[in-house]
Amino acid sequence: MPTEVILPKVDMDMATGQISRWFAEEGASVKKGDVLFEIETDKAAMEIDAPASGVLRDVTGKEGIDIPVGVAVAWIYADDEIYGAATKQDKAPISPLVGEMSTKSTEGGAVPPASQSVARPSALPGISPSRGEIGQSASVARATPLARRLAREAGLNLSAISGTGPHGRVVKADIDAALSSPIEGGVSAKRTEEGAAEDTALAPSTAEMTPPDRPLAGHPPLKGEGDVLRLFEQGSYELVPHDNMRKTIARRLVEAKTTIPHFYLTLDCELDALLALRTQINAAAPVKKTEKGDVPAYKLSVNDMVIKAMALALKAVPDANASWTESAMVKHKHADVGVAVSIPGGLITPIIRKADEKTLSTISTEMKDLASRARSRKLKPEEYQGGTTAVSNLGMFGIKDFAAVINPPHATILAVGAGEERAVVKNGEIKIATVMSVTLSTDHRAVDGALGAELLVAFKRLIENPMGMLV
Amino acid sequence: MAGASKAVADSRANLPFVYRQYSAEQLRNVLYKMYLIRRFEEGAEECYTRGLIHGTMHLSIGQEASAMGICMPLAEDDQITSTHRGHGHCIAKGAEVKRMFAEFFGKTTGYCKGRGGSMHIADVGKGNLGANGIVGGGIPIAVGAALSAKMMKTGKVVVSFFGDGANNEGAFHEALNMASVWKLPVIFVCENNGYGMSTSTARSTAVKNIAERAAAYSMPGVIVNGNIFSEVAEASYKAVERARAGEGPTLIESKTYRHRGHSKSDRNRYRSKEEIEDWMSNRDPITLFESELREFGFIDDKGIEAIRGAVAQEIADGIEFAKASPSPDVRDTGNYVYTEQA
Amino acid sequence: MDAMVRELSYAQAIQEAMAIAMDMDECVFLMGEDIGVYGGAFQVTGDLVDRFGSERVIDTPISELGGAGMAVGAALTGMRPIFEFQFSDFATLAMEQIVNQAAKMRFMLGGEVSVPVVMRFPAGSGTGAAAQHSQSLEAWLGHVPGLKVIQPATPYDAKGMLLAAVADPDPVMIFEHKLLYKMKGPVPEGYYTVPIGKADIRREGRDLTIVATSIMVHKALDAAAALEAEGIDIEVIDLRTIRPMDKQTVIDSVKKTSRLMCVYEAVKTLGIGAEVSAMIAESEAFDYLDAPIVRLGGAETPIPYNPELEKAVVPQVPDIIAAARDLVKGVR
Repeated sequence: MPTEVILPKVDMDMATGQISRWFAEEGASVKKGDVLFEIETDKAAMEIDAPASGVLRDVTGKEGIDIPVGVAVAWIYADDEIYGAATKQDKAPISPLVGEMSTKSTEGGAVPPASQSVARPSALPGISPSRGEIGQSASVARATPLARRLAREAGLNLSAISGTGPHGRVVKADIDAALSSPIEGGVSAKRTEEGAAEDTALAPSTAEMTPPDRPLAGHPPLKGEGDVLRLFEQGSYELVPHDNMRKTIARRLVEAKTTIPHFYLTLDCELDALLALRTQINAAAPVKKTEKGDVPAYKLSVNDMVIKAMALALKAVPDANASWTESAMVKHKHADVGVAVSIPGGLITPIIRKADEKTLSTISTEMKDLASRARSRKLKPEEYQGGTTAVSNLGMFGIKDFAAVINPPHATILAVGAGEERAVVKNGEIKIATVMSVTLSTDHRAVDGALGAELLVAFKRLIENPMGMLV
Repeated sequence: MAGASKAVADSRANLPFVYRQYSAEQLRNVLYKMYLIRRFEEGAEECYTRGLIHGTMHLSIGQEASAMGICMPLAEDDQITSTHRGHGHCIAKGAEVKRMFAEFFGKTTGYCKGRGGSMHIADVGKGNLGANGIVGGGIPIAVGAALSAKMMKTGKVVVSFFGDGANNEGAFHEALNMASVWKLPVIFVCENNGYGMSTSTARSTAVKNIAERAAAYSMPGVIVNGNIFSEVAEASYKAVERARAGEGPTLIESKTYRHRGHSKSDRNRYRSKEEIEDWMSNRDPITLFESELREFGFIDDKGIEAIRGAVAQEIADGIEFAKASPSPDVRDTGNYVYTEQA
Repeated sequence: MDAMVRELSYAQAIQEAMAIAMDMDECVFLMGEDIGVYGGAFQVTGDLVDRFGSERVIDTPISELGGAGMAVGAALTGMRPIFEFQFSDFATLAMEQIVNQAAKMRFMLGGEVSVPVVMRFPAGSGTGAAAQHSQSLEAWLGHVPGLKVIQPATPYDAKGMLLAAVADPDPVMIFEHKLLYKMKGPVPEGYYTVPIGKADIRREGRDLTIVATSIMVHKALDAAAALEAEGIDIEVIDLRTIRPMDKQTVIDSVKKTSRLMCVYEAVKTLGIGAEVSAMIAESEAFDYLDAPIVRLGGAETPIPYNPELEKAVVPQVPDIIAAARDLVKGVR
């Protein structure tokens, strides 16, 4: 029997994936372990290895279409195996899912991956790409009709919900549980109402997006693509279909902003001591020999210190290091700090695990690696899923102050503005200090006002007394 | 129907039954009706051949005297149940050919509004409770109708037509028995045309004459030449009198012949051309009746021509009526399954 | 004025209904085997022959086909016959008249006639009468457009539905479970009807809808009562009419409980359970199902003679309890 090459599940809430690129062609000889193709999931691109050695045949999984996980996308025939042993019907090309737009490339699939995202030919108004996803998840997961309907109505991704019914069947109780607990459904069990993703995409925001969760005054609600496009003259725009990351961002942020009761606390932190310490530490960095010559072993950024300060603040105020679920408060023992990293086409939040226990240099080194792999979309799911809080820094753009959207299951996110010299009044005198405004967004279900304030004050103390971070 | 005047009756004293019993006009009307049946069957056959009628049909050409003879003594509100070869019975009981054609064409103006077709042709208003697609199916129903007549004391008589094939159905025996037990006003008319589809009575039936079955149910069993109108009418007349008097049922075996095959799919492999030719040439019921009428002075060639012409016109008009009538709306497929209740 | 309500047996209720119908309309009469002085094989007609005479309570020969055909013919011509099959099994001898004639006559004749015949079918197992006297063939007739098929489960319904059947212009087939004949229940005096085509919610519940017919309604109610102690809350629907089926009542119930079980005595496959299940799967209630649909029906065997075997081949209360519990607890 030839060996099936399936589209593997590489992400916990993944129901479908798109093959962004094949590295071997029909009829090519492959060795077990060779990279066969690359999958684009919501957040990352994953390379998939050949499960066996032999000749690649019947490549049915075309690039750029949504394919359910577990579906055979090709077969590998051993060198001595007669081709044609697998049944014919298994090998019909996998069709795009119902309602999904046709493939990114034109027939033949010869369009190079780089241009795929703009080569989708048929982004016609009224065709909703997200519908296919729903149908898909429904067809993969074992679920009762009631569970399917409730999931559909709530925008839940069924395949991300573990069923407690017979044979792992998802039943109504599982949906109820998922709805009452954001964590239960996994990172992105929830999805937005159909069409919300499109609306968001057509009104792009900056890296820290705040999706328009209600229509502008005077406008009727914009439900679908058609409603939006009708407002613009034909030819006055270009349609760029969403990739999976864009869809995920849109639905997760809408979910966060519509289900989490946010409140915001702002404080100014003086940075002078921190900047001085940073200079000192960086100057003390040992020299490392590399191909590119001698480089310092580390170079701390202000952000690295912010990460550390946030982690230690959470340790100091452990009640704020929490996640909300319907039935219980999840009180975390470690501070895992997500850091929003802007990447082409979106953003991703890799996590510095146990940042409270890590040295600044470790955090710095780890952060550089994560950011660089994030930009090339090579993060593994476990590197960006979870976390107990997050930090988003737009200081490099000179942003003075902003409010970030909480990324569940976090209960807090710290929005960090630019450090700038400001006139401050101290003991009745005006002095110049380097000041950074930070705004903590807080999930009121998990962290109340005073508790949030306590956390922010602890953070400020560490920033302004940075030696505390070295012990 | 009213009888002939006494003087006329006296002058016909030696003639067969119908010529003593009925007026010249009534008898000419019988000829008209026999032609009407014949031409109706031919017209239906031609329409079928032209694709205007679908399904199948069972033609009674050759059996016109039987249908007319049995129905001759019946009153309008007397009832009949008929068979798949029932066009003749329907016309004999008073139906209009235009509405029969319309039914065959599947039109809303048909007797069954296009739902029944040839095999379920009926005219309830004239007492025809319907042809039946099931061999023997109408026999117990006729007995039930006779039970109604008895219980409701309406004085109605019910005739159940069936073929030779039906005499081997259980329903035939059950129905005859009960009709006899309860002395119901019903007349069982077996039109024995010699074949149940392809199987001859000789091969299928233990008794030589089906009328012999009557003995088993303690009722009169009468054999008549079904191609001689007067013979059939006379037997029917006596049976009707007996039924109305409350004396119970009669079984009449009317020996006849169908010129056409069993249905439109018949290839006539079970009988010879000579046999068919003999019945058509020498024992055709219309020819026989026509020559009697002529011989006894009830009609002349001109009168016969007039009848033929009028029949041809009625048939042509009937076909035109059917063609011009509307078809049922396919949205109405659910109609008449149940009684529509307000 | 409220009618006096007495306890009557199911058989007495039917007898009373027939008597009322005959009193009200002289076109109503009874036909069947041994329904006269014998009183009917199950004493349903009882002494009606003394009251109405042998001309209106007619003993027929053992001629099911002919007798049924006569009833059809009489109905076709203005009478209102109530025809009793001695056992529903014997209806197989009369299928021609029921299926080809009674059911189709109105349709074939384009609505020119109607066939207001009522046929009664003593049905079901449990009497030790073995394979040819114990069947439940209601689904056979339920498959035929033109017929109405009812299965009253209580004395009250038996009387009210029979009177509704007599008043109905179309052929109505009444399947009466033989074990119900002696069951007693409240029955008002005088004339009343229970509509054909309307199911009855015998017990309201949250967790599971059991759609049952005839004697199984009582077994389902017993099972529901037993499961109440376990905190399982069962809704029991008495279908009462299998053609035309009251879909909406079942749909509404399943939308409420999200679970469906069909319990009936007839052979499980290709029957009422299949119909109800498929109807729900096709309906808006599909999206409310939170568990597979379960059918509990008769075994795929003729009814055996041995009493233990006889019980084993049709659903009993413990079977219903076990299946309902599994369904609600998510074992199935």
